[in-house]
Amino acid sequence: MAMTIHVDIVSAEGAIHSGLAAMLYAPGEMGELGIAARHAPLITRLKPGDVRVEDEHGQQEHFYVSGGMLEVQPDIATVLADTAIRAENLDEAKAFEAKRRAEDALAGQTAEFEYAKAQAELAEAIAQLRAIEKLRKMKGG
Amino acid sequence: MAGAKEIRTKISSIKSTQKITGAMEMVATSKMRKAQERMQASRPYAEKMLQVIRHLAKASPEYRHSFMAEQREIKRVGYIVVSSDRGLCGGLNSNLFRRLVAHIKEQKAQGIEPVFCTIGSKALAFFRRFGGKVEAQVTQLGDKPHIEDLIGTVKVMLNAFENGEVDAVYVVYNEFVNTMTQEPLIRQLVPLQAADDEDRPSGPIWDYIYEPDARLVLDSLLTRYIESLVYQAVVENGACEQAARRVAMKAASDNAGELIDDLQLVYNKARQAAITQELSEIVSGAAAVG
Repeated sequence: MAMTIHVDIVSAEGAIHSGLAAMLYAPGEMGELGIAARHAPLITRLKPGDVRVEDEHGQQEHFYVSGGMLEVQPDIATVLADTAIRAENLDEAKAFEAKRRAEDALAGQTAEFEYAKAQAELAEAIAQLRAIEKLRKMKGG
Repeated sequence: MAGAKEIRTKISSIKSTQKITGAMEMVATSKMRKAQERMQASRPYAEKMLQVIRHLAKASPEYRHSFMAEQREIKRVGYIVVSSDRGLCGGLNSNLFRRLVAHIKEQKAQGIEPVFCTIGSKALAFFRRFGGKVEAQVTQLGDKPHIEDLIGTVKVMLNAFENGEVDAVYVVYNEFVNTMTQEPLIRQLVPLQAADDEDRPSGPIWDYIYEPDARLVLDSLLTRYIESLVYQAVVENGACEQAARRVAMKAASDNAGELIDDLQLVYNKARQAAITQELSEIVSGAAAVG
């Protein structure tokens, strides 16, 4: 019997593949990797590309990943696939964008958080909800 | 027939409101199911990540990431507040904000300053009304939130943490207990809390082969892990939103039904009174003639 390794491919938005494989091919950042059972523990980042899973009969299944991580243990390999295209400067741009949005949305307001006012208003809102609830119960009963 | 016409108009207007709330209830029910599925689907990734991070913690890596470092003295904290984009979901958002306000008050008593990042328009509107330092925000994620939309907002907080502008980051969201119950929850993101305290691994000490190197790999791994936690918070909050909306809309439809019944009764009485009056007028008129 051929030695197999358990391969899981998951992304944050869902599981993609799970099963036994004879061989796993992945586009590592330092070069293409072929992982068989009893591989030494390894963690690497993945480049966008093709992840191939080969079962005992030589059948290959292809999965495209836009990057991610690969973790290898002697009998288990996990591909943590990204669902977004990632790059350091791209992430920075997104962070900048999120900041700008906040500034736009909050232009001209005070920075001090008035929790007393907030608390009062929230208490009122909750009280209103409770009152409605009570009224309904009274009517029902 | 005084007032009968007005009552009739009122009844028909309440009926159309009832139709709307009924439709919204049904929409929320189907959306809730999908949101729950999404919640389930995001779990394996976070679990796998946690597994890898646990391996890492045990594997005695030569590099310790700042996210995994010991708790430093807390002077400022960051909150990532997850709320819904739309209202009409009962007390979901107000309960969450109330919990948050209580938490902030506690922190303020110890001289800890809060900083916020908001996800969803309700949270943004809340801080717009009450002030507060909002560093970043994202709204209109829709029913299918994507990690891509969250990267920026999370990054702002993680950057602030790494630069020492905040000393801890929390995510604030509603936890989906079941379809009837949602619990506001404040969860610490960084520094990562030691999941299980088996200080030294009992087995032989081993370490991963890192490609390209430990620092870069851990950097991307931990960033992704935290993003996935926030993503989970967002989808879970989404499921809560739909569940809460379903309950709120059901209550509204029921209330509308009750109101219609009451008004129908008033209407019938008014009609009856009018008929009686007409009859007595006819009878007395006939008597006067005869």
